[in-house]
Amino acid sequence: MKRFQNIVFFLMTFLAAASLVLLTVGVLVTLIVESRPGFERFGFLSFLLSNQWNYGTEMFGALRPLTGTVLAALGAVTLATPVALGVAVFLTELCPARLKTGIAMAIELLAAIPSIIYGLWGLFALAPFLEKYFQPLMGWLLGGLPWIGGYFQTQLAGGLNLVTASMVLAVMILPFIASLAREGFAQVPEVLKESAYGLGATRWETIVAVVWPTSKRAVISGIIMAAGRALGETMAVAYVIGNRHGALDSLFSPYVTITSVIANEFNEAGPIQMSALFYLTLALFLANLLVLSLARALMRKE
Amino acid sequence: MKPHRGRIWANRLALSLATASALFGLTLLAIILFDIVKHGLSSMNWALLTEDPAGPMGGGGLKGAFLGQAMLTLVATLVGAPVGILAGTYLAEYGRGKKISKVCLSLCDLAMSLPSIVVGIFVYSILVKPFGGFNGWAGSAALAIIMIPLVTRTTESMLTMVPWTLREAALALGSPYHQVIIKVVYRKAASGLLTGVLLAIARIAGETAPLMFTSFNNNYFELNMSRPVPSVTVSVYQYAGSPYEAWIGQAWAAALVVTVVVLFLNILGRLTVKWKS
Repeated sequence: MKRFQNIVFFLMTFLAAASLVLLTVGVLVTLIVESRPGFERFGFLSFLLSNQWNYGTEMFGALRPLTGTVLAALGAVTLATPVALGVAVFLTELCPARLKTGIAMAIELLAAIPSIIYGLWGLFALAPFLEKYFQPLMGWLLGGLPWIGGYFQTQLAGGLNLVTASMVLAVMILPFIASLAREGFAQVPEVLKESAYGLGATRWETIVAVVWPTSKRAVISGIIMAAGRALGETMAVAYVIGNRHGALDSLFSPYVTITSVIANEFNEAGPIQMSALFYLTLALFLANLLVLSLARALMRKE
Repeated sequence: MKPHRGRIWANRLALSLATASALFGLTLLAIILFDIVKHGLSSMNWALLTEDPAGPMGGGGLKGAFLGQAMLTLVATLVGAPVGILAGTYLAEYGRGKKISKVCLSLCDLAMSLPSIVVGIFVYSILVKPFGGFNGWAGSAALAIIMIPLVTRTTESMLTMVPWTLREAALALGSPYHQVIIKVVYRKAASGLLTGVLLAIARIAGETAPLMFTSFNNNYFELNMSRPVPSVTVSVYQYAGSPYEAWIGQAWAAALVVTVVVLFLNILGRLTVKWKS
């Protein structure tokens, strides 16, 4: 009887673990099957490189959503990384022990706030602020530059655009990078740091010469993971990106990302558009897989 | 070597920048929370929790959406938590160190990193399209799919932390392995497992993207899981996108409730693990 129970329990755990395999493979297979009509109609490279999104002719291409997704994520990582690393340095090297857990917890709570709340905040609080103060400022500062000046001018009124999306994403991934970087920094052995102090190095020199070289793999892989999160973030971006299928003539123009297109169009899409949206989802899945593999490869090389 | 004074100033400058960015991060948190509380409280009233939706001219509430979301989350947890704990058990106990368990862990990481909208789309094609319409089961399934890898991961790491000698001691008394796991290992890791489940609930309770294409939304009070079930987050999304002041106000108020619940669950989860250790 006991042996029988043992086998049943083993089988239950085994099936549960197998469900993870089934799930990930199932997602990939489903996305491939559902996007097949789109694949047959639009091809592979021609889908990725086409900037069409035309409901009338039912011609759809991934170029604009894809660039929107990549640019928004890159912008977010660029904005969030310096601040997040500063936070991590502060928490591991400078912060008085009494405040440490409190501050670390506060920063991690930022990560727990749901995406939709950030979206609401971005839409009604951040976007109007940026439109009123930041966009005119950037236009005035950089708008006159030759060649690239136009990209800093506000062509279409409104605060919903690529920059706003990047900023909201930056706020969302900031705690994620900060806590991973903090873990990385904290794992550097005290003895190593003390030996640098012993040679007369300042705190900053110790961070640059000892802490960073020992922890950089972990930190960089954390930044890459954060980029992956930014790629797939939906609700916040869908609110503030502006959702306009048009050329990106300015960083302050409304644009699209893969997730915003799916969120806005999936429930009303006809069959061909639907398969194009599945195709986009597949692209997002693969991009996410690529980013995750990169982060893991970096961690493993030690 | 650089002049002494230069090195000291470089040190001061860099450390001040680090302190400034920590302050900046904290200020940001404060601003966001302040905005949510300010806008949320200004439209908060009992009707939000106790009445059915009314027209865009004001009044009414989101009773159905709150109950709907609670139910979707509950059903997802009833499935997701046990499956996640069992899967984590396999990885940490029966499969420990085996190749198959490494593969499963990698796939678990992949499942964990899946954008939630991808999960929504996946569930749409397996549970909505074949059954001819949006339904609550699909919404719960999407949430459970997000939950399982999270719980698996925490369970696996919590069980791995339980010393192996403890199992050997119990096995030496003649208990079969499954009883050792259930009565000794689980008990030792209980607070950690609970934390994992609570954090996972906190995560799924505020999800929107996986619900939009599965349980969708419903203006009416609907607790029949085979029909579209209303949820707060999807309602917030729809109301905030509307041009009506009253609906936007309700979106803020509902967002405040969601934030409070999610942060509460999160803090509870973090305290649970501290309380034991």
